[in-house]
Amino acid sequence: MTLLIGSLQLGLIYGLLALGVYIAFRILSIPDLTADGSFTLGLAVSAVLTVAGHPILGIFAALVAGAVAGTITGLLQTKMKVHPILAGIITMTGLYSINLFIMGVSSNVSLIGNETIFSMGANASNITKTLIAAIISVIVFMILMWFFKTQLGLSIRATGNNEDMVRASSINVDRVKIIAIAISNSCVALSGAVLAQYQGFADISSGVGIMVIGLASVIIGEVFLGKRSVTLGFAAAIIGSIVYRFIIALALRSSIFPAYALKLVSAFIVAMALSIPVIKKNMQQRKIIREGRKSAKNY
Amino acid sequence: MLKIINASKIFSLGTPNEHLALDKISVTLPPGDFVTIIGSNGAGKSTLMNGISGSFWLDEGNISLDGMDITFVKEHKRAKLIGRLFQDPMKGTAPSLTIEENLALAYSRKKKMSLSIAVQKKEREFFKDALSEFNMGLEDRMHTKVGLLSGGQRQVVTLLMATIALPKLLLLDEHTAALDPATAQKVLEITSSIVSKNKLTTMMITHNIQSALKMGNRTIMMNEGKIILDISGEERGKITIPELMEMYSKKANVDLDDDNILLSK
Repeated sequence: MTLLIGSLQLGLIYGLLALGVYIAFRILSIPDLTADGSFTLGLAVSAVLTVAGHPILGIFAALVAGAVAGTITGLLQTKMKVHPILAGIITMTGLYSINLFIMGVSSNVSLIGNETIFSMGANASNITKTLIAAIISVIVFMILMWFFKTQLGLSIRATGNNEDMVRASSINVDRVKIIAIAISNSCVALSGAVLAQYQGFADISSGVGIMVIGLASVIIGEVFLGKRSVTLGFAAAIIGSIVYRFIIALALRSSIFPAYALKLVSAFIVAMALSIPVIKKNMQQRKIIREGRKSAKNY
Repeated sequence: MLKIINASKIFSLGTPNEHLALDKISVTLPPGDFVTIIGSNGAGKSTLMNGISGSFWLDEGNISLDGMDITFVKEHKRAKLIGRLFQDPMKGTAPSLTIEENLALAYSRKKKMSLSIAVQKKEREFFKDALSEFNMGLEDRMHTKVGLLSGGQRQVVTLLMATIALPKLLLLDEHTAALDPATAQKVLEITSSIVSKNKLTTMMITHNIQSALKMGNRTIMMNEGKIILDISGEERGKITIPELMEMYSKKANVDLDDDNILLSK
């Protein structure tokens, strides 16, 4: 039961990350590696402000910080024409130093004994913790659902589809891209910010490979809900994240693999999920060839 | 009104591939003019349209639309005034957006970019009415993703998208070339009706001389970056295809044999 609730809580928190990854990867069709840096940025900002006694401010500051990080990647991509993947890596690399600086040149900040959004008010039971995580996820989900139906949201979706068409509709493609990457990283940083207060510490290496984990969640979610619409996609990202945490928790519990193998397993899931369409196609083609040969023999 | 004065463009200047794509072109389209443009491959027809819509800036010359100098206005800003269609039906629409979402995006040219819901009820009705005029049943598929439509249907949706905000200029770059003959005919008919109904100033590139002479009120022939023939009115009404071919070979100094390959009847 503790396992179940624990992974539900983590799943909801990491669901925000999956939402951010979904926006960049699926809606905008850009693999944005800034996530690795902006996730830790969210943790750092949130942790430092929580220690200073402002946990709620910490959450909002992380949102803004993530958006700034995303804007830098966006500017590099659009105005400077840097390759999207490289642009993300550049920002992520720079963020490592910035994150260390925010955390007071220490690789770890502990929040033990400080009031967090999870310990405010009533005693922090598992139910209130779950509720707080769920409320944040649902609010972000609703905002995104609404936003991607507005004119600006629509132009973001179209930009991931066909830039020429967006330009022909007299919309500034560069600006739309920058806004989308900023929103994506805002979600990622928010995820980190909530996580820091949930687990009670921030670590400089929290963000390593986090983009792949977000992507794994998105892909797992799509297995359940498909890819029919953006709203379903957002729901899939959150549900995928919860399922992902369950799988990991179960695997760790039953000692299928040790904790340090976590990232390897995530990488494997993503690699497999991305390869499946090609493998399926190859198998189909082999089948066609086999049957073609068989029928040829009959002549 | 579109006014182009002395437009020149050289591609790959200073390299062995240097190519004079536009050679001091001057042309004026009064409001409501529907001009068809013909010419062989590499004559500069598409380059002219790309120059007008702002894909690149001219090396020399000046373009003004409706009295406004747009020579150095950015492409997406010009798009507010210019509707455009390409040969490739995939180019004008976003496949994973529905028909009404695509139309709403195109219609947003009329509005300021905002955070209001993109497809309002009032607009939905307006889009539906506009689509139903084409008798293709598209008005019943407003929530269908455009990626599921055929090339002809997509081109019709694109045509409506390009004209729904009533542009000052409509550019059609062989927009029926990728369609089968029957669908191409239908799309051309729809084009004519939209243009005449809204009195749009229009430029249309075509390789089909017959439709070049039949549609619109004026025909321009281009060769090697120059306008070599510009006919309208009575002269255009009387001219036959063989006569036009002969004029082309005389002006362009090429053998007639080539024309049959370059310009299909």
